[in-house]
Amino acid sequence: MSALPVDPVLMVLLIPLAAAALLIFVPSYSLGARINIAASFLALLASLSLFAVGSSAGKLLLLDELNIVFIVLNNFIGFTTAVFSASYIAHEVEINRLTPRLLRFYHAMFQALLCTMNLALVANNIGLMWVAVELATLTTILLVGIYATEQALEAAWKYFILGSVGIALALFGTILVYVAARPVLGEGLESMAWTVLLTRASGFDANLLNLAFVFLLLGYGTKAGLTPVHAWLPDAHAEGPTPISAVLSGLLLNVALYAILRFKMLVAANQNAWAPGTLMIAMGLSSLVFAAFMLYRRRDIKRLFAYSSIEHIGVATFAFGLGGPLANFGGLLHMTMHSLTKSAIFFAVGHIAQGKGTQRIAEIRGLTVTHPILGWGLVLGVAAIAGMPPLGLFMSEFLIVGTTVAREPWLAVPLVGGLLIALGALILRLGEVAFGEPQGRAAPIQASYVPLFAHMGLVLVAGIYLPGPMVAWFEHVAGLLG
Amino acid sequence: MADPNLQLDIAHLLAGGLVLVSFLLLYQNRMFALLKVFALHSLVLAVAVAWQAEIQGAPHLYVTAALAVVLKVVVIPVAFFGMVKRLGIHRDIETVVGIGPTMLAGMGLVALSIVLMLRVTETADFLAREDLAFALAVILLGMLMMVTRRNAISQVVAFMSIENGLILAAAGARGMPLVVEISIAFSVLVALIVIGIFLFRIRERFDTVDMHALDRFSGERL
Repeated sequence: MSALPVDPVLMVLLIPLAAAALLIFVPSYSLGARINIAASFLALLASLSLFAVGSSAGKLLLLDELNIVFIVLNNFIGFTTAVFSASYIAHEVEINRLTPRLLRFYHAMFQALLCTMNLALVANNIGLMWVAVELATLTTILLVGIYATEQALEAAWKYFILGSVGIALALFGTILVYVAARPVLGEGLESMAWTVLLTRASGFDANLLNLAFVFLLLGYGTKAGLTPVHAWLPDAHAEGPTPISAVLSGLLLNVALYAILRFKMLVAANQNAWAPGTLMIAMGLSSLVFAAFMLYRRRDIKRLFAYSSIEHIGVATFAFGLGGPLANFGGLLHMTMHSLTKSAIFFAVGHIAQGKGTQRIAEIRGLTVTHPILGWGLVLGVAAIAGMPPLGLFMSEFLIVGTTVAREPWLAVPLVGGLLIALGALILRLGEVAFGEPQGRAAPIQASYVPLFAHMGLVLVAGIYLPGPMVAWFEHVAGLLG
Repeated sequence: MADPNLQLDIAHLLAGGLVLVSFLLLYQNRMFALLKVFALHSLVLAVAVAWQAEIQGAPHLYVTAALAVVLKVVVIPVAFFGMVKRLGIHRDIETVVGIGPTMLAGMGLVALSIVLMLRVTETADFLAREDLAFALAVILLGMLMMVTRRNAISQVVAFMSIENGLILAAAGARGMPLVVEISIAFSVLVALIVIGIFLFRIRERFDTVDMHALDRFSGERL
């Protein structure tokens, strides 16, 4: 272990947990917002100090090159979202959409969500990881329903039903993995630890692993918003508070994808099992193409970007399914860039919807005239998410498309087609929203621009120049993924 | 216990019993009856888990069985009885599909899960094998019930019957650590809180817990 006085792996769990417990009792919402920011910042520092630890594997907690990327990303976006959330909720209180009592609950749940997501990422036990994902689901269900409007309740209910079916499938898959591991590893906690499972996977029963992976992919895929089981996602994004949409798209989808990746590594370690990538390719591509078409008919701006999240998670899943160092590198980069960009877009959209008093695209026009900073921020975000050079997502999409063309040219057809269809839809909508005849309220908004432009700055820099150590790190992780 | 075959037979009988009660759940069209059958479902589960504890010599499974009895045979059904009474919805449950097709679909699902699991788990030990097949059947029947119901409370009952199936599977996997079972019991509790809030709030707003009333908002609004 390290020379640090406290284990930072524990700190990324304990800080948000303590903050959640504290925030329940803080009556003032503005103080709560500040504590929320401070706690998220501390958790970010703790997660950065993980680099000093390198890797460690305990009975229940695990830190390695793969999850450290996810943890840092998780806590970074958690922090920036907390900053955005402070100015967002100030406005919501002003217009009486949220009461200080609800906000106490909101802040506590926000930290609880960060804590459970961190737990899912550092868990060295497939059972513990499942528990963490389940708890993260429960907190987000509560947060999605917080406005208690008809739509919000319906969205939360839909999320609850689909989410719990998904989580049930994932648990059944987890049990099957244990059943497969038990004859080889014996009984007890050991047989559920990633570190142990991975080294011994070649001896497991291949049929059981295949079946388990199908359940796990469907189960965690529900959480990741992959196509046949995505139906909760647009509603939950559109009806909940916008900071939660940002966290859902930017982080929770990644956590679910991370779970799928881990199990993919496990199944791939067994020579007799099916190649797990094929299923992921199929689900990824269908998500991409489906979401790309769905983008055209959206009338609600948050729903529009929710479908775009399905699209991009589809691309990342496809890349990981394809496998190999280059595609995995592209997938990791794509996931990171998408998280940064999509949460930035939701930061902009949150303030825009507040300023205009509506989420309907038809009533939001000419943003670059009425709210120039937000408007241009959104233009930048949409350009990035559509994959325009020189931004980060262009790089990752270029890598993924390139390696697909080289290895499986036929798969490149739906991939490129889906990306182009989505590009068309986004340009169409962006034209109206950003450059149309100005419409609706033009009153200036109390907005926090720092999180938005900090994210976009990172995406821009990553698109132009990726620092050497980062490339080396990603390459190493991509190699691990197989 | 002397005869290992008898032990297995009893375990299979109990697991099969759970599947049977799942079928009973499928066609209950009155609230109170549904809750009673759900209590029976949980009771059969508790006995099945306790039997597993006995034959595996795994005392921690007794805890799981006891939790099932306390929470799912007593606390939750009683709480739901009270809720149903307060809401005044002891009338019929509308089912989306008729009983006949639903039962046929249910039989298909049971056949599917048995064929699938028995083929895949040839190398696993007998206990886990058949238990997993029955558990998958219970899970699939619960999902079928979930999609054929509109009432929020019966959807929740369907969800809990799925969880019963999962506990059966976890108990059948010899030596699976307790972590998971406690978490399941815990999650039911949390789920109950979630649901309590939602039922309360849905009721507050719409004067109904018929999810159909919410359906008109589904999809995109203009």
